[in-house]
Amino acid sequence: MRIHTFLITTACLVLSGLAQAGVKIEHWTTPTGARVYFVASDALPILDVQVDIAAGSAQDPAGKSGLASITRGLLDAGVQAAADAPALDEEQIAGRVVDLGIRLGGGVDSDRTSLTLRTLADTEQRNGGLTLLRRLLSAPSFPQDVLTREKARTIAAIQEADTRPASVLSRRFGAALYGDHPYGRTPSVESVGAVTRDDIVAFHRNNYSSAGAVISMIGNISRAEAESIAADLAAALPSHAPVAAIPPVSRPKGELVRIDHPSTQAHIAVGMPAVKRSDPEYYALLVGNYTLGGGGFVSKLMQEVREKRGYAYDVHSYFAPRLLEGPFQIGLQTRREQADAALKVVNTVLDGYLKNGPSEAELAAAKKFYIDGLALRIDSNAKLLGYLSAIGFYGLPLSYIDDYPKIIGSVTAEQVRAAFASHLNKDNLVTVIVGGDK
Amino acid sequence: MHSAQGMMRDRSRILTEALSVTSISPMPMKPIPKIPALLLGLLLSPVLASSALANPYEMQLRNGLRVIVKEDHRAPTVVNMVWYRAGSMDEKDGYSGVAHALEHLMFKQTRHHKSGEFNQIVAAAGGNDNAFTNLDYTAYFQIVPKRALPQMMALESDRMQNLAFNKEEFASEMKVVMEERRLRTEDNPQALVYEAMNAAAYKAHPYRRPVIGWMNDLENMSWQDAMNWYKDWYTPSNAYVVIVGDVNKDEVFRLAEKYYGGIKPHALPVRKPQVEPEQRGIKRVVVKAPASLPYIAMAWKVPKLVDVNKDVDPYALQVLAAVLDGHDAARLSRTLVRETRVAQSAGAGYDATVRGETLFYLDGQPGEGHTVAELEAALRGELKKIQEQGVDEAELKRVKVQLVASQVYKRDSMMAQAMEIGGLEASGFHWKDIDTILEKLKGVTAAQVQAVAKKYFSDDVLTVAVLDPQPIDPKAAHKPSVPLKH
Repeated sequence: MRIHTFLITTACLVLSGLAQAGVKIEHWTTPTGARVYFVASDALPILDVQVDIAAGSAQDPAGKSGLASITRGLLDAGVQAAADAPALDEEQIAGRVVDLGIRLGGGVDSDRTSLTLRTLADTEQRNGGLTLLRRLLSAPSFPQDVLTREKARTIAAIQEADTRPASVLSRRFGAALYGDHPYGRTPSVESVGAVTRDDIVAFHRNNYSSAGAVISMIGNISRAEAESIAADLAAALPSHAPVAAIPPVSRPKGELVRIDHPSTQAHIAVGMPAVKRSDPEYYALLVGNYTLGGGGFVSKLMQEVREKRGYAYDVHSYFAPRLLEGPFQIGLQTRREQADAALKVVNTVLDGYLKNGPSEAELAAAKKFYIDGLALRIDSNAKLLGYLSAIGFYGLPLSYIDDYPKIIGSVTAEQVRAAFASHLNKDNLVTVIVGGDK
Repeated sequence: MHSAQGMMRDRSRILTEALSVTSISPMPMKPIPKIPALLLGLLLSPVLASSALANPYEMQLRNGLRVIVKEDHRAPTVVNMVWYRAGSMDEKDGYSGVAHALEHLMFKQTRHHKSGEFNQIVAAAGGNDNAFTNLDYTAYFQIVPKRALPQMMALESDRMQNLAFNKEEFASEMKVVMEERRLRTEDNPQALVYEAMNAAAYKAHPYRRPVIGWMNDLENMSWQDAMNWYKDWYTPSNAYVVIVGDVNKDEVFRLAEKYYGGIKPHALPVRKPQVEPEQRGIKRVVVKAPASLPYIAMAWKVPKLVDVNKDVDPYALQVLAAVLDGHDAARLSRTLVRETRVAQSAGAGYDATVRGETLFYLDGQPGEGHTVAELEAALRGELKKIQEQGVDEAELKRVKVQLVASQVYKRDSMMAQAMEIGGLEASGFHWKDIDTILEKLKGVTAAQVQAVAKKYFSDDVLTVAVLDPQPIDPKAAHKPSVPLKH
């Protein structure tokens, strides 16, 4: 969870260096409504493609958490026959991926489903890879036998995860923050067990639509080739109406949840639902969080919890913006006997920061980190692809790249204090402790 | 094995991101490497199989420090790494974990900088930094905009010679290291199995000790122990610098002379070979820990790569590991996970490029309704199939297609390129050997793969470690074995 949210967060920060590096983002919409973001780059003989579908785990029906994820996971379990190509089973698909030397990736988060392709730019491999990508997206066969097997494997993995304090914390923290809202649900043995093939076929049919889809591409191809590729991918998907809106998020009542666990360390999280990606105050929160717990060893939490007291190896905080209010979270792990002592330090730091905000020097350091560090967050095709998809999916302006240093640079300490005050409230902060002595 | 045991100072995603092309992690989240490390090295190699290319470049200072520079002008950034040939294998009993502890302490005060300044300077440049310790080495790196490179080299030069952490900093940091051990090992059943397996497989060779150290050794480590480690091993003649990015090699060489040239080298402690005596029969270990899924790891003692030109078997073992678990269509997942479903997961691993000794691993979790014994039999069955029937040409071709494609993909990451150079050097090879290694791997025949499968997998050199899952009793707090010091 942490890695995932971090990716989203950084994906939203970056981009300024694009302009510095002379990278040009081209944007258009396919005839069937998919939005396309393309960067031509001849630095390497490769092509990266990402297709984002506007349906993530927040679209899982109640009682069937895991449906979006299982649907995504089964895309390469088989494809139906086409006019010019026979059906493929999972072994044939795996074999084709290997023989072409391509890489498939992607996954599901709360807001979107992603499928990525990395291929050599040679015509044979590229065309083979793109054809396979199109068939996986548009004509998966979802064989029952594979579904049965993967449900069993998923359930076994959930049971195993439920023995680990970090996984228990993640599940319980999400539930405590969001209650019955889709953002608070996680797959369970029961919810995965309840998913049927009909559910999966319907989820794919209703949600894998070109309307709302974003196609991102970077690599050694021309604009004309990119247009043709995007049109081909989008045309393979139905273009019905976008998915249902996610219901609004409400703030939880602040509480302390303790869950017994025999682990040597207590795993602790503090947070609340906080910020939408479209929120203009997001940048003040981002910059401000650097000083609180986002800046590694430079941050107050790391200094007070780890450097001064040796309470934890890892302590951090982040805002993870989503379509709706994504979480603010402080996380740490500490020897079970000192859980309460460590938590007290965390709360003292947080209280002080909510009251005082960053000093001018701290603010300047945070802004310098984000602005000067842009170049190294976009120094590969793989990184750029993530930013293209974030721009597309969250509807950020194309000028975002040029604007970024100005946006970060203009944040004031007062704006940070105001943004923290309006997005975080002690009355709504939830604390979950898994393990630990009372 | 290297990738499985590495310890990092901070929970960072930088390395995992750099290596994500091949989906391996330098952190021990999985106790057994899923991708054979030699193969991985190739996947990440920056060097095209054309020795006509001069890039990378290298030079050596008079004090013995080698500097390897790979120019990559795609973006205005640079990776600066300093590697020390001092890993956990160089520790002595009673001092396990001191290499890794010192890695943490390298961020404390020096004669020129206060504690914490290192990170502040890197962050102020917009950069990221971290460090990692392994069996064979300890390495430090920063990823920064290129204009910050001289400053980074100045910082590394300073802590190469002027480290001055005090006793309070030492005591505080050891608490952090013990928290790291709890996080990575004590509460991670598969890591406990991996630790127990190495401790059983080796009785004399230092690879029997965990990189992070035994908890009791950490509890009893002294400031002097850590400082002695620094004084023994941190010297320019035992280090090398790897720099990849938008730089000019001559300028980097000039900077290296300026910042490192004045550091006086000293002799290293004597390293004893500590060769593992011949194993005379199967070893079995059981680890009981809270979990729901059992887990089994099997490890055979096999040869490592010694002579890149003359050796045959290490390359064949590498290809054997790839045939079993090198890609989406490889044998173990296809057969054991998807067909017979005897496994929830199954993997193979072999690291040919190590400073010490090496093992060939098979591991997995049994599938629903299956036992560890059934999975062990099934894993052995996959080996037996290759012993009896060999592998076919199509399988070899697939392994080679992966090699070729990965060679191109790896060029998308400067960090991955730096890791590849540094990792190969750490195990005693030269970065130029990558070309030979790649050609040799491409030349492995089906007969050679079958031959190593027949030759090396005797029970007499096998260690089997099994996780026996214990039910979670939420009320039964795990007590530390020894009271902690304060």
